[in-house]
Amino acid sequence: MARQPEGPPPPPVAQRVRMRYAKRGRLRFTSHRDFTRAFERALRRAGVPMAYSAGFTPHPKISYVGSVAPTGVASEAEYLEVGLASVVDVDRLRAVLDVSLPDGLDLLECVEVRAGSDALADRIDASAWRIELPGVAPADLAAALDTFLATERVEVERLTKAGRKQLDARAAVVGASASAAPGQDGCAILELVVRQVTPAVRPDDVFAALRAVAGLVPAVPPRAIRLAQGRLDGGGRLTDPLAPDRAADIPATEAAGGPRPEGQAVPSVGSTPSG
Amino acid sequence: MESVFPLLEPLLPRVQKPIQYVGGELNSTVKDWDAVTVRWALMYPDAYEVGLPNQGVMILYELLNERPDALAERTYAVWPDLEALLREHGIPQFTVDGHRPVGAFDVLGVSFATELGYTNMLTALDLAGIPLSAADRGPQHPLVIAGGHAAFNPEPIAEFIDAAVLGDGEEAAGEITSLIAEWKDAGSPGGREEILYRLARSGGVYVPRFYDVDYLPDGRIQRVVPNRTGVPHRVHKRTVMDLDGWPYPKQPLVPLAESVHERMSVEIFRGCTRGCRFCQAGMITRPVRERSITGIGEMVQRGLDSTGFEEVGLLSLSSADHSEIADITRGLADRYEGTNTSLSLPSTRVDAFNVDLANELSRNGRRSGLTFAPEGGSERLRRVINKMVSREDLIRTVSTAYASGWRQVKLYFMCGLPTETDEDVLEIASMAHEVIRAGRAAAGTRDVRCTVSIGAFVPKPHTPFQWAAQAAPDVVDARLRKLRDAIQAERSLGRAIGFRYHDGQPSLVEGLLSRGDRRVAAVIRRVWADGARFDGWSEHFSYSRWMDAAAAVGVDVGWYTTRERGENEVLPWDHLDSGLDKEWLWADWQDALSEEEQDDCRWTPCFDCGVCPGMGTEIQVGPTGQTLLPMPTVRPALASSG
Repeated sequence: MARQPEGPPPPPVAQRVRMRYAKRGRLRFTSHRDFTRAFERALRRAGVPMAYSAGFTPHPKISYVGSVAPTGVASEAEYLEVGLASVVDVDRLRAVLDVSLPDGLDLLECVEVRAGSDALADRIDASAWRIELPGVAPADLAAALDTFLATERVEVERLTKAGRKQLDARAAVVGASASAAPGQDGCAILELVVRQVTPAVRPDDVFAALRAVAGLVPAVPPRAIRLAQGRLDGGGRLTDPLAPDRAADIPATEAAGGPRPEGQAVPSVGSTPSG
Repeated sequence: MESVFPLLEPLLPRVQKPIQYVGGELNSTVKDWDAVTVRWALMYPDAYEVGLPNQGVMILYELLNERPDALAERTYAVWPDLEALLREHGIPQFTVDGHRPVGAFDVLGVSFATELGYTNMLTALDLAGIPLSAADRGPQHPLVIAGGHAAFNPEPIAEFIDAAVLGDGEEAAGEITSLIAEWKDAGSPGGREEILYRLARSGGVYVPRFYDVDYLPDGRIQRVVPNRTGVPHRVHKRTVMDLDGWPYPKQPLVPLAESVHERMSVEIFRGCTRGCRFCQAGMITRPVRERSITGIGEMVQRGLDSTGFEEVGLLSLSSADHSEIADITRGLADRYEGTNTSLSLPSTRVDAFNVDLANELSRNGRRSGLTFAPEGGSERLRRVINKMVSREDLIRTVSTAYASGWRQVKLYFMCGLPTETDEDVLEIASMAHEVIRAGRAAAGTRDVRCTVSIGAFVPKPHTPFQWAAQAAPDVVDARLRKLRDAIQAERSLGRAIGFRYHDGQPSLVEGLLSRGDRRVAAVIRRVWADGARFDGWSEHFSYSRWMDAAAAVGVDVGWYTTRERGENEVLPWDHLDSGLDKEWLWADWQDALSEEEQDDCRWTPCFDCGVCPGMGTEIQVGPTGQTLLPMPTVRPALASSG
């Protein structure tokens, strides 16, 4: 007879909280796994009353939503959802937990999830990126972008743990623009809106595509930052995925009943078991 | 002092696991460079993931940073991918805290848990722009000071280091800092030579340049003598007596990168009296000094609060031997019940008591694997190594473990022990078979497993086996092959037994470095120049590169490793005093050869190893009679506002 944990099962989830966090500065080099460990330790230091899964190795209830910024890429818009065993004040939670996280992993927003709310994952299908390209003239970037956008399909190769993988870096790009970095000579800024597809198209893949179609090769590695994640609206802009939760008076049925674009995969990465 | 981070940052996207180089760990410290007098760079000469959890470095880092006149930053071995980029871009070895160049510090302290880190130290020195030979260094270079267990015989790296400290670093690091501060405040009179002389004269710091080694025509050492007046003939190890007075680390570092120990550690005692003859750690850390149950409770609580770790390891060389271990485990298990905090005890003692402790610590958790270390395959061999466990004890103990829900038992052994024969090693197979048979009966299921883990024995300085001949790699490897075949010969049992082994070649190199003298430095320098890095990692280690380097510089590896030493031979470390009496070590070696055991002096009368009278002390063992009170572990900060 296999052993069972003694005592009562863990308390159920009393409150769900959605969070937006940033990965900044040198801590942009944290991988997603690094972040998950740091976040769980911050929760424990802050004394957050987490709900846990049952069993011999209980896990705190944390789900990572949307796509996860790649290692080395900064972000102002990473999302997760936690389940708590007791109800807390979310503003206080944000303040305490932010202090508990290392500088550079910053908790920006905490909102309570109301009963009947739709899944956060359904509110995210694209990312907005801003990429600095030091040493690249804005005009050269603009010209390369024109060529890229005029091409229907750009195959690029990515080295993964499983080996080399081919993917199309063009179709997922919904919008792209080139500009000059204010006050910095010879530094172009690339702004991208990219649909979250499988396999994911990352800023690196777009650079590889720009090199392939227009021979654009930055002398130093570009610095990318994700500015936002959300749903693409008709105008190619992203809606704020936490807005429905923040607007306290939205009836639950209306929020849950919105249309969902078809044929788009919305990857949910690294969610923890909820059983 | 300027940070090199702006130069480093553009390179980081091009290397594996860049997070290991950026610092910013929780509880790390960057102090104002200009506000202090003495600046230490502390190095663990292995990858960040191995070095970060090292307790020795963490303790010194925190202690030194607490001093108003000092700062300490950490540096680790960089992987070959970053090493190449650093060389290409002219960026020096840096600390991960302030990203300051290691060459700008006053002291580079290197902690050697194993000799296989020697080549990584050379890489760091070279990248830092510090001449490899201590003799070539000038006033602008840091003092390179070695510590850790390997520093009990630093002769093979004597050429590369300015000094070595034997034993506990807590007090020694402070005293060295004070001596350097005084010297610097006085305008650094006499330069490098003078500060090293002052350190050597203090009695607790070994400065190799102040000792001459003479050799006999046959290659053995004739004598080691000081070449400066005022320098002690023998350098003594340092020992901190009151562990409760040194509750470090108070705020353990919490890495962002994944490390080899994803837990917080609390050292519950230092030293060991078991007297296992192969164990250098057990010999050189005597006497036993226990941390009190209340001191342990405070360290666990403060550490968990400041780190958020969910696991605590209660560390020592034989944790079940703490005089109040049952109260400690029960008290901690009670205190953290329901908080999803797990506790672990490195379990190597082969007895039912150890299983009880493990059961207590896993009250509400998974019982996956328990580890026991009989070390020697036969009872005869276990008498030789003084690790007395009978076969019946072992079977009874593992049966208890399987009956209480543990499903896997790991058994640790060594191969190539003195006097060992094929038969001694082959007994491991029949023992493992019996473990599975008894385990199936005790657990009432066939679903039990046992793993036999075995590595080659390396004779170490300051142990009774310091005179022993190391077994050659082909002897070790042949025995391991026979053992594997014997385990698998009983198919139904063999399937439940995992076999893990480390082959003999890296151990021979470790043996060369462990018992080497100053002439071995030429091999280290040569093999490093030939590309040796990360010798503790099988994917980087090259046996042939080491053997080629030894041959190229005319060092006979066999003479240093597989040669048995005589009673009167001057050993390279004889002028370094671990507290153990050499005559007692020799007597214990003779007892080993006649298969006689030695009792544990914690429970039986003193057997005169020499440590206690030499240090004017006794073993520091409880019990204190104190208990751990329950403690509110849920903080009110986030309790519901309404």
